[in-house]
Amino acid sequence: MTATETETRYDHGGDEFVYVELSAAMSLPVHFTSLGITRRLAEEAIPGVEEICPSNASYMVRVDPDRLHPRDLVRELQRIEDEVGGHAEDLTVATRIVDVPIMLNDPWTHEVLMKFRDRHQDPNGTDLDYGARINGYDTTEAFIDALAASPYLVTMMGFVPGLPWCFQLVPRERQVEVPKYVRPRTETPERAFGFGGAFAVIYPVKGAGGYQLFGSAPAPIFDGEQRLPDFAENDSVVFFRHGDVINYRRVDQEEYDDVRAQVDAGTWRYSYKELEFSPSRFLADPDGTNAAMKEVLYG
Amino acid sequence: MTIRVQDPGLETTVQDTGRLGYYSIGFPPSGALDSFAYHVGNALVGNEPGAAALEAVYLGPTLEFTQDTVIAVTGADIPAFVDGEEIPTWESVAVSSGSVLSFGQLRSGARPYVAVAGGIDVPLYYGSRSTYTLVGIGGFEGRALRAGDELAIGSDARDPKAGRRLDAGDVPVHPSTAEVHLLVGLHSYRLTDDSLARFTDTEWKVTPDANRVGYRFRGAELEFVPREQPFGAGSDPANVTDCGYPVGSVQVPGGVEPIVLLQDAVTGGGYATLGTVVSVDRDRLAQTKTGDKTRFVRVDLDGALEVRRDRLGALDRIRSALT
Repeated sequence: MTATETETRYDHGGDEFVYVELSAAMSLPVHFTSLGITRRLAEEAIPGVEEICPSNASYMVRVDPDRLHPRDLVRELQRIEDEVGGHAEDLTVATRIVDVPIMLNDPWTHEVLMKFRDRHQDPNGTDLDYGARINGYDTTEAFIDALAASPYLVTMMGFVPGLPWCFQLVPRERQVEVPKYVRPRTETPERAFGFGGAFAVIYPVKGAGGYQLFGSAPAPIFDGEQRLPDFAENDSVVFFRHGDVINYRRVDQEEYDDVRAQVDAGTWRYSYKELEFSPSRFLADPDGTNAAMKEVLYG
Repeated sequence: MTIRVQDPGLETTVQDTGRLGYYSIGFPPSGALDSFAYHVGNALVGNEPGAAALEAVYLGPTLEFTQDTVIAVTGADIPAFVDGEEIPTWESVAVSSGSVLSFGQLRSGARPYVAVAGGIDVPLYYGSRSTYTLVGIGGFEGRALRAGDELAIGSDARDPKAGRRLDAGDVPVHPSTAEVHLLVGLHSYRLTDDSLARFTDTEWKVTPDANRVGYRFRGAELEFVPREQPFGAGSDPANVTDCGYPVGSVQVPGGVEPIVLLQDAVTGGGYATLGTVVSVDRDRLAQTKTGDKTRFVRVDLDGALEVRRDRLGALDRIRSALT
């Protein structure tokens, strides 16, 4: 590791943002430290701190420099890191585990990804074949199994409204990693399931995108008009929250179509349960914790 | 009591100061790209500071007013007409019911603004009237205006009055080479020293891919420092572990086409960023168009704060003088 991978970097994103990179590399302990720091920062409600954006291995704060000098903010953040840093894994997070149907190797993303082979690392294959090969899987099917075998933690929200960055809750040696496209696509279907770096995402709306395309989710994660009850009841246009646990469950075309019909009828609801997530318990026993969480979800 | 859109121009949207407070779930701020022109327009017509106005690009809209009101055209240098008679810009003008506002050919800049006494009355969406067309929310039905749309005029007028004028010395000029201040940092260590120097030495040309989401430029090739990529980033040298992007940050996917993210941009992602344009200088970018040149002038944090103070101080002085 080089110094940039282990030391926290505090930097200024122009006059209105402070960017804090806890590590250049992603890991769950680093993410939990980011979570611990941003939660404490929110509690402290420092005047001039306008917005707090926790992310994977870093976080960002929008500051009003007319009320709080960005350098003074950095000093506050360093103090909080000193206070929280060593024991962030001891926090527990009140969260939800959500069942998210997903069709992998679906026809819709396949059609789009074939249009953009010239922007891809492997112009002659598909994104799934490429992902399987560079992650050492013998078959694409085995790779697909691994993608859906264990739940994911939402470690960042954004890009566009409601998009969850999901980090699979497995030890590092079992984590999938793929590059983003060499040049971003100008087209991505709505609800595409993509993968970039060590993160899975669902694209809330159609648009540009640089992630490998692996599948498609039948249920929306963004509902601008709050038509569906999951959105209307929570008075939110986005479904996921930072810290949610997502269990991507493989579905076939028949179940995919069935979910789509429920969405069209306005009756679709996600199945989810509330639970306490303990990072330290998870890190001590990943598979046991995952099995227990799935038990809570599916009974 | 409305504005009837006879011709929408190229892409005219309702904008205000923006949708702030939801960045962490992926809402970019949206809002007027040229904040100075927007704020001065509201001050000229006597509106409360956050009233919604119209932002056009390249081609102005043709608008019919169905009530007497007061308007002001600011921003890009473009001739504006009421019922065929040229009207002064950067000045409030009374229009009567049935009058039609139209525009001639853009002389310089890119985005004209139309402020109307009372503001444009569209529903608040997550606290703002700004249009965010990428996902179709806010503004007028979440989209750019079309012929036949009827916009309601609001009640945000404090003191509507014709004949308020911005001093000629305060009217921004839009040179064909814009200078914007850049605070280098974030993932600038990913670029070679040569490339970073080249970035600020180059006169960048605005490509056709320049809109409210971001501006893409051409002009030089930049190189990344080779490294073993950290876990989570992905193997491309332009990749970093996905993180938040400051509004105004500059990324260089592939090393050939720097992108400056603007008010409708994505809030995060996994491409290395080399720095951030000082917030008030996004006004200048907003008034550049395809083919124009842009130069990035390096400042440190103190320099960035000074540019900000100067520009916002001037706006405060202008607003007090107009009210």
